[in-house]
Amino acid sequence: MSVFIGGPKAACYFGKNLFGDLEHNRISVTFVDKDGNEKEIKVPIGMSMLEAAHENDIDLEGACEGSLACSTCHVIVMDVDHYNKLEDPTDEENDMLDLAFGLTETSRLGCQVIAKPELDGIRLALPAATRNFAVDGYVPKPH
Amino acid sequence: MALSSLQKWFFRGICSASSKPLHVCVVGGGPAGFYTAEKMLKAHKEVQLDIIDRLPTPFGLVRSGVAPDHPETKIVVNQFSRLAENERFSFFGNVSLGTSVSLSELCDIYHVVVLAYGAESDRILGIPGEDLNGIHSAREFVWWYNGHPDCKCVAPELKTTDTAVVLGQGNVALDIARILLQDPAELERTDIAEHALASLRESSIRKVYLVGRRGPVQAACTAKELREILSLKHVQVHIQEADLVKSPLDEEELKRSRIQRRVYDLLSKIASSQPSDHVSCERDLHFVFFRRPASFLPCNDANKVCRVRLEKTFLKENGATGRQSAVGSGEFEELECGLVFKSIGYKSLPVDGLPFNDQKGIVPNDRGRVLSNAGKEPSNFVPGLYVVGWLKRGPTGIIATNLYCAEETVGSITEDLQQGALHPHISLDKPGRDGLLHILQDKNIRFVSFKDWEKINTKEINDGKLKSKPREKITSWEELQEIATQ
Repeated sequence: MSVFIGGPKAACYFGKNLFGDLEHNRISVTFVDKDGNEKEIKVPIGMSMLEAAHENDIDLEGACEGSLACSTCHVIVMDVDHYNKLEDPTDEENDMLDLAFGLTETSRLGCQVIAKPELDGIRLALPAATRNFAVDGYVPKPH
Repeated sequence: MALSSLQKWFFRGICSASSKPLHVCVVGGGPAGFYTAEKMLKAHKEVQLDIIDRLPTPFGLVRSGVAPDHPETKIVVNQFSRLAENERFSFFGNVSLGTSVSLSELCDIYHVVVLAYGAESDRILGIPGEDLNGIHSAREFVWWYNGHPDCKCVAPELKTTDTAVVLGQGNVALDIARILLQDPAELERTDIAEHALASLRESSIRKVYLVGRRGPVQAACTAKELREILSLKHVQVHIQEADLVKSPLDEEELKRSRIQRRVYDLLSKIASSQPSDHVSCERDLHFVFFRRPASFLPCNDANKVCRVRLEKTFLKENGATGRQSAVGSGEFEELECGLVFKSIGYKSLPVDGLPFNDQKGIVPNDRGRVLSNAGKEPSNFVPGLYVVGWLKRGPTGIIATNLYCAEETVGSITEDLQQGALHPHISLDKPGRDGLLHILQDKNIRFVSFKDWEKINTKEINDGKLKSKPREKITSWEELQEIATQ
């Protein structure tokens, strides 16, 4: 079922709007913990992933409560297409990402990833911190 | 060791919620202690856990180390404070390991003891003149401006000189430079200690040198702090272009580290920014690289520093590690200054009965399990004794580093519980909290509970409101204890 306004992409959007959560302005987000356990939640458009995680009892740390003063809400965007749909990180976010444990090419701070329709179905991995806390070759972080 | 399923069942029974509580004591209420407590209480429902701290106030360096103009970094205390809502948790402030209670007493009354007491001393340079007046460790200065009750009287002389030298280029060194050069008006609405604010208002310091042994590629500070200091109003930042030249080894180092790349880029920008970019600069910050201190010299007053003698260095690779160390070149120069801050690293203190590696300044351990015999062969685990935080890893890292450190130590404790490594010690009846209360009562020690700390907290916040500060810190032992015991 599709309405051809603005081309196929818009058609998909409107198509989905008649069913599913985009109608209620929510997107589907799946968190994957370091053991591979998955939890799918619904996140209202405009809410940060950190807030969404806490509302759904997902173990995402948030030491500075979203004020860009730590890196504990670090998440890894598992799908590069979704990663590319995010706004580029600011200098401030990059400064904090510098310090994140297990940093990857598709890492972001959960408090800076805000739910929007294009992110529907996004999958976020919680970094396996202890894997990177290696005794051998461990480079101490500054303070 | 392989366990039969019967043995596994037996140990699981020992650790199950219904029967015996597992009594745990964490020594030190900073981030390492609190993260450990949080994870232990979550992972094990049978745990009863106490944090002891020698200060009447919890939170360690979050309260006494983080700079006053970095309030967002302190928000983590909200998370730590939520632990107080857990019935299985108690905080005992004003209880000191060694004086109030000994390590062996703690090991007697608790099943598991985790040492998280950090690093309350300083690395020293060991060079001539280090004892002259006007030379302070970074820790003392930071504790002073943060109102730590041990350092109220440190009172550095800020009125007798216009130049301060900071040895070291880590984030603590940058904090010190920023606090010295910042317009005191910018600090008025922070939780800086009142005595420090008063002193800074009268300060004559106009020039700060940040001196590092190695180059910009190896600078230990991080981007956020560097960006901050580069944007200080009325402060001109200086760097020598020649210092920015990179060797092939430097390029390799930069390739491997995102942090260092971004720091180097920021430092490079300083050299290319023109003086006219700043409207009026009354204060100067100089990044000095490839210099290590050789001695401190007095002038007229034989007891006070007035010059630092620096040796020029060059970099040499350590074997094939890719890591470069500073080597003296035999060429010297002098920097005139009336104040020196050594920001070269903290150091942990040993405690009676605790294996300690003096050279590294840490307790020998394997993923948090304390090793006897200072880690030399043959070494055994000391059953029931663990370390976490700076005491375990050395004094580096950020607050979040302790999150992962605590996860590792708690992981080791959990493994040991499950594999029976703590048997028979763990199956003994131990008094835990009751035992501690008994000892403290016998010694007439009035400990500070979390509720008592909240009285201090409330007073500080209320006093702060009168001055538009988030809190007005109470900085004397007597007053802290008086309010706690009301």
